Amino acid sequence: MYRYDDFDHRFVDERVAQYRDQVRRRLAGQLSEDEFRPLRLMNGLYLQLHAYMLRIAIPYGVLNSAKLRKLAHVARRYDRGFGHFTTRQNLQLHWIKLEDTPDILAELASVEMHAIQTSGNSFRNITTDPFAGVAADEIEDPRPYAEIIRQWSTLHPEFSFLPRKFKIAVSASAEDRAAVKMHDLGLYLRRNEKGETGFEVLVGGGLGRTPLLAHSIKPFVARRDLFSYLEAVLRVYNRYGRRDNLYKSRIKILVQSLGPAKFAAEVEAEWRATDRDAVALPDNYIAEIASGFELPDYDRSPADEQALEQAIADNPAFARWAKHNVTAHKVPGHAVVTISLKPVGETPGDCSADQMDLVADLADELSFGEIRVAYEQNLVLPNVRRDRLFGLWQRLDAAGLGSSNIGLASDIICCPGMDYCSLATARSIPVAQRLARHLAGREDEIGRFSIKISGCINACGHHHLGNIGILGVDKNGEEVYQITLGGDAGNGAAIGQIIGPAVKSDDVTGAIDRLIAAYEKLRQGEERFPETYRRVGAAPFKEALYAAR
Amino acid sequence: MLLGEDGSLRDDIWTDLGDDEVKNGSAAITVSLARWKKADAALRASNRKLGLRLPNDAALEELKPDLDRFELIVLNFPKFTDGRAYSQARLLRARYGYRGELRASGEVLRDQLLFMRRCGFNSFHVGERAIREDWAKAFSEFDVFYQTAQDGGPWVMRQRLGNHR
Repeated sequence: MYRYDDFDHRFVDERVAQYRDQVRRRLAGQLSEDEFRPLRLMNGLYLQLHAYMLRIAIPYGVLNSAKLRKLAHVARRYDRGFGHFTTRQNLQLHWIKLEDTPDILAELASVEMHAIQTSGNSFRNITTDPFAGVAADEIEDPRPYAEIIRQWSTLHPEFSFLPRKFKIAVSASAEDRAAVKMHDLGLYLRRNEKGETGFEVLVGGGLGRTPLLAHSIKPFVARRDLFSYLEAVLRVYNRYGRRDNLYKSRIKILVQSLGPAKFAAEVEAEWRATDRDAVALPDNYIAEIASGFELPDYDRSPADEQALEQAIADNPAFARWAKHNVTAHKVPGHAVVTISLKPVGETPGDCSADQMDLVADLADELSFGEIRVAYEQNLVLPNVRRDRLFGLWQRLDAAGLGSSNIGLASDIICCPGMDYCSLATARSIPVAQRLARHLAGREDEIGRFSIKISGCINACGHHHLGNIGILGVDKNGEEVYQITLGGDAGNGAAIGQIIGPAVKSDDVTGAIDRLIAAYEKLRQGEERFPETYRRVGAAPFKEALYAAR
Repeated sequence: MLLGEDGSLRDDIWTDLGDDEVKNGSAAITVSLARWKKADAALRASNRKLGLRLPNDAALEELKPDLDRFELIVLNFPKFTDGRAYSQARLLRARYGYRGELRASGEVLRDQLLFMRRCGFNSFHVGERAIREDWAKAFSEFDVFYQTAQDGGPWVMRQRLGNHR
């Protein structure tokens, strides 16, 4: 993975010193809370219901064992011994003391980590495919580009006070595993007819109270022009994005109000007027950054497939795991393993410090020390020899990490909701827990399915993109849940539709059960839920959902 | 009071001329964009030092022919979280070639000073706090940067590429 050079080390050290001084000035009363808020937010520190929450950046979801052990240590020493992996591939700690935060950031800096811009109205963590570099279907490894953009977007002097936050995702494979279309700015890596690498640029996606999918505004930007084109998009947004209303200030609203074609023309004009050569990204620089992502020295001898098949035949629980949690690797004899952080009945995305340490150890032994965080709130070991899969599963299972539900109904994306978050209008974790318990027994029959839950309209749980989305709202002091149908992330991204009134907390599990039963009855062949929903329309689902009332 | 880009403090010699104000004895006056647009011949012909106060939504393109007339341009931060003036500053410097004094006014706070300077501002309208809290230190909190702006100084890509030559 990318390693800091002297420059990067110096930068994060200077950042820690700056932040330490900001905290000192706040504690000494020189800074008001209003003045301090944006400063702490640019270091990932939120004030929540019970305590401060620190969101630690995991750039494009890539970790090594040393970093994961450090996160475990920080969770143990400064928090309550666990952390929560988020849909931006970051880690949140929910019980932090303000006075400790400079020391925490210094500890993180020692392993080349930080919390810069995990909040605030600027660039957020750049996200990408959790299988980047090892996916069989990718054109090129997207991580070097994500790293290049990470650096460029860090404390950018012109774009640190945008109208609102700005999220970028990069995908380089046939299958979009990074939910690119829900981003303020999305990049699909493309090759042109001359075989040159560049990007298709999409702008204006986002969830929240106005869910919109991004529009393609330029089919191909050569990689040498990456900085100048991004700068043009951001400058148009910074100058013309709305600042009068928090809920209308994301770039998606600007793109919607101008229309994608007009917005694209504005960007094009801005881009053509800039000095592109001044910030051209030369091939040798890309190559230098990419050298940090060279693939490990794999043992390319054939794996003992017979032993693996035998273990699968002898052990149904392992067979399920091998079926759902193991993905093809581009190097023969290897597999990509997804570790589910969705054990039935637990909080989606939570991971204890002990589990983090175990995953770090397993990564060292079995995955060249590499770990990824997926936006679906799971962990990935990207480089496992196929003949080590059975042993790996046994050790994961013994630590409560052996769940076999990747891509299934109980692999629920869920925000922290009212159990932690000061913005939430309803609880989301208990809803997810009840649903997972209820569905766990029959999710193999249900097949690939996504349920996503948010505890408020801000949609951190991506409910709009769930095949079934659940949004918790407060109605006269009661938590009720609005259900949306037909959403999807990835290539066929779609925003789910509301089909009727919200249901009560106690009714959510039954309602989802009836919807899924209707789907199982209606689907044809391998059809996934969004396809069935589009084919048959809302009516039969509406009937199933509200029939029992 | 004004803070310079080198961290020095000085008094402001400029006087803001109101849009309806006719007479003003000051040798250095600033006018609003609205006033400049309907400027009388006397103002244009004046040999006093002229400064221009620009709103955040000004069409900068239109100003290009006039920019040489101004020794000062004042950009406003209505709130420190409103970052439009950063882009205006960069455009004035990089695209329209403005070389005079570029001043940050409005809610100018210590922790934004370095961003402002890097975007091309070279003077900052500040209060007494700037002395008390030694705001000049903010300019030296970082000496390495991940991108180039109007500061023209070394940035990471140039430095890294330079190291290999």
